[in-house]
Amino acid sequence: MSNFSAPSSYTEGARRGLADDTLQKNLQHLQNCYGRGAFEQWAGLADPDLRDKVKRRRMETLDNLDVVLSVLIDNVREKNGLVYCARTAEEAASYCLEVARKHSVKLVVKGKSMVSAEIGVDTLLQNEGIEVVETDLGEYIVQLRQEPPSHILGPSVHLNRRQVGRLFADKLGIEYSDDPPTLTKAARKALRHKLLHADMGITGCNIACAETGEISLVSNEGNIRMATTMPRVHVALMGLERVAATMEDHRDLLNLLTRAGALQKISTYISFNGGPSPVGDPDGPEEFHLVLIDNGRSKILADPEFREVLACIRCGACLNVCPVYGRIGGHAYKSIYSGPIGSVLTPLLYGINLHADLCKGESLCGACLDVCPVNNDLPRMLLALRNKLAYGDPGWQTTPHKPSEALAFKFWRMLVTKGARYRFALATCSLIQRPFIAENGMIAKLFGPAAAWTKDRDLPPLAKQSFRSRWQRRKKEQHSINGDEDDNGRGQ
Amino acid sequence: MTPKVSLFIQCLVDSLYPDVGDAMVSVLEQLGVSLDYPEAQTCCGQPAFNSGYSNEAKAAARHFIELFADSEAIVCPSGSCVHMVRHYYPVLFGNEDEATRKLTDRVASRCYEFTEYLVDVLGVDKVKARFPARVTYHDSCHLLRGLKIAEQPRRLLSAVDGLEFIEMNDSDICCGFGGTFSVNYPDISTAMVDQKIDNIIASGAEFVTGCDVSCLMNIQGRVSRRQEQIKVKHIAEILASSEAEP
Repeated sequence: MSNFSAPSSYTEGARRGLADDTLQKNLQHLQNCYGRGAFEQWAGLADPDLRDKVKRRRMETLDNLDVVLSVLIDNVREKNGLVYCARTAEEAASYCLEVARKHSVKLVVKGKSMVSAEIGVDTLLQNEGIEVVETDLGEYIVQLRQEPPSHILGPSVHLNRRQVGRLFADKLGIEYSDDPPTLTKAARKALRHKLLHADMGITGCNIACAETGEISLVSNEGNIRMATTMPRVHVALMGLERVAATMEDHRDLLNLLTRAGALQKISTYISFNGGPSPVGDPDGPEEFHLVLIDNGRSKILADPEFREVLACIRCGACLNVCPVYGRIGGHAYKSIYSGPIGSVLTPLLYGINLHADLCKGESLCGACLDVCPVNNDLPRMLLALRNKLAYGDPGWQTTPHKPSEALAFKFWRMLVTKGARYRFALATCSLIQRPFIAENGMIAKLFGPAAAWTKDRDLPPLAKQSFRSRWQRRKKEQHSINGDEDDNGRGQ
Repeated sequence: MTPKVSLFIQCLVDSLYPDVGDAMVSVLEQLGVSLDYPEAQTCCGQPAFNSGYSNEAKAAARHFIELFADSEAIVCPSGSCVHMVRHYYPVLFGNEDEATRKLTDRVASRCYEFTEYLVDVLGVDKVKARFPARVTYHDSCHLLRGLKIAEQPRRLLSAVDGLEFIEMNDSDICCGFGGTFSVNYPDISTAMVDQKIDNIIASGAEFVTGCDVSCLMNIQGRVSRRQEQIKVKHIAEILASSEAEP
């Protein structure tokens, strides 16, 4: 049985994350190492304009996605690969099940794939009595724990080796150890058995290349190579945006992907798959399926405000620099896609109102934009999402999110557009605040929405004299010294 | 020719930290800058804009642009407000008539953050100031990433008489303020500012400074609640200081 229960809300998830010492320690390490490291990678690029160039090509590809995808499909079919285009998650998962049924599949091995979690294919297969085993070590660990991954690239980043040791002792029947090589060996032994006996491999797709009709997968554990060549059938799942038009584009994207996510010039393994193994070749699957998955992406593609988010290559670098993710961890987001990228993608895929907390729960510090290999302006898109929450947007089935907040800003507008009204409001607050000022000169307790501030922080009181009053007095004094000389003050 | 500056006093400086405004005035006057202060100014609109209320933000922006339409240079002791005017005003008025867009661009391009104005416009690397203390510096997000200002304040601080400048770890990581974020998600915000304060203390500095009172208010508010010894000052106050003791 899983001990994991999804948090009831973002705030509740955040609270849990903040109270988890292991998570705090691991995230600190992750960000110090991989977050800082990604910036060092960018500083060391031979071509400092590479990211701009790749982004341009990425957007050109998205602008012509229909053409690029049809080239990809033609070229995969040319190699006797089978291609299926799924409009929804359900269609994609059902297709996988059909293929599994056709081949009487009993055991599926998986390569790490976020989109497989997006379409919920594991549950569908398991309900049919098919065993599904993750082969990426991190994914394997969270699968054994029956909990979702907490990072796009490092699914089990929230755990320490003692937790993994206890898990393996329990699930794999080995003697308890917290020695990482021992644990890795145990996983390797268990997984090797599964890989040798699997009937079907399911993987994602890091980047497809339309020109060559192949998908590529990067890994450092060698599991991808086995999962894509040992079983009789290989099904590759691909979000329809994950394609490069040419091999040159593909090379540049791959270069940025492994640097951004893993600080590697190139990953240990890169696998290219485009079809079944040729007749007479003992290596490779008998059947290759590429499943192109829309599941809300074409709607994003059609909106010029959000198209940019489809340029993402899921390197995970934005999680490694985000100060919010770095405190609360991935489970708080209640979505497969966490961190800054998840905060934009999840609302767009699953509903802006439903995931309002993801749109609003960032400080807009901009570190994600700075580190992104394709310069995705996530802060801009978060603002655009907040704009939809403020006023609603039927095109995105979004309704105004918080009437009280809307009212507050209407009132605020009345104040800030008229100097006199603004001054009057400040003078009123200045009177009201008096009983709240503590001995140390700070306000320690407020009511209403401001109470959230004084929960853990003090607030300085309004000054006895505002800058404006001081300025006016100064001007008056200068006048009385200098006579009636013209001053520069203007605007009442 | 005497440089002319219109003072853009961030709303929080006006009402909570007027000393910061006074300090900026004193530094600029010492450098022979002629100052004016459009008295009807209120708020640049950032709180509404960052919360998604672009119509309300636009109303505030319109008020601001009218007030500062003729200014030669607009100088503000807050990076995030300058970022709002410089980068988001042109977005807000992007679909307006040409005259409005031109005026917006004019105001946007003449708006400077205080240390940026000193170093990049006036060419000043050192002001006459004395502040004998160990000081560390917090990089505010919009200042650093939006306006690319990091070098200017450090140069000015390092040149202050008696001041020992110390870098803290992760000076470029968000303090957790984020405007309404801090009241909508106080737990996350507090965890972020706690880490900032831990880094400040670990640096061994007596003072933390920065170019944005919003962040400093957040840090000061938490420092006060935690009853830490660290003192918080805006950079203008340090640059205007002539005390033997800070």
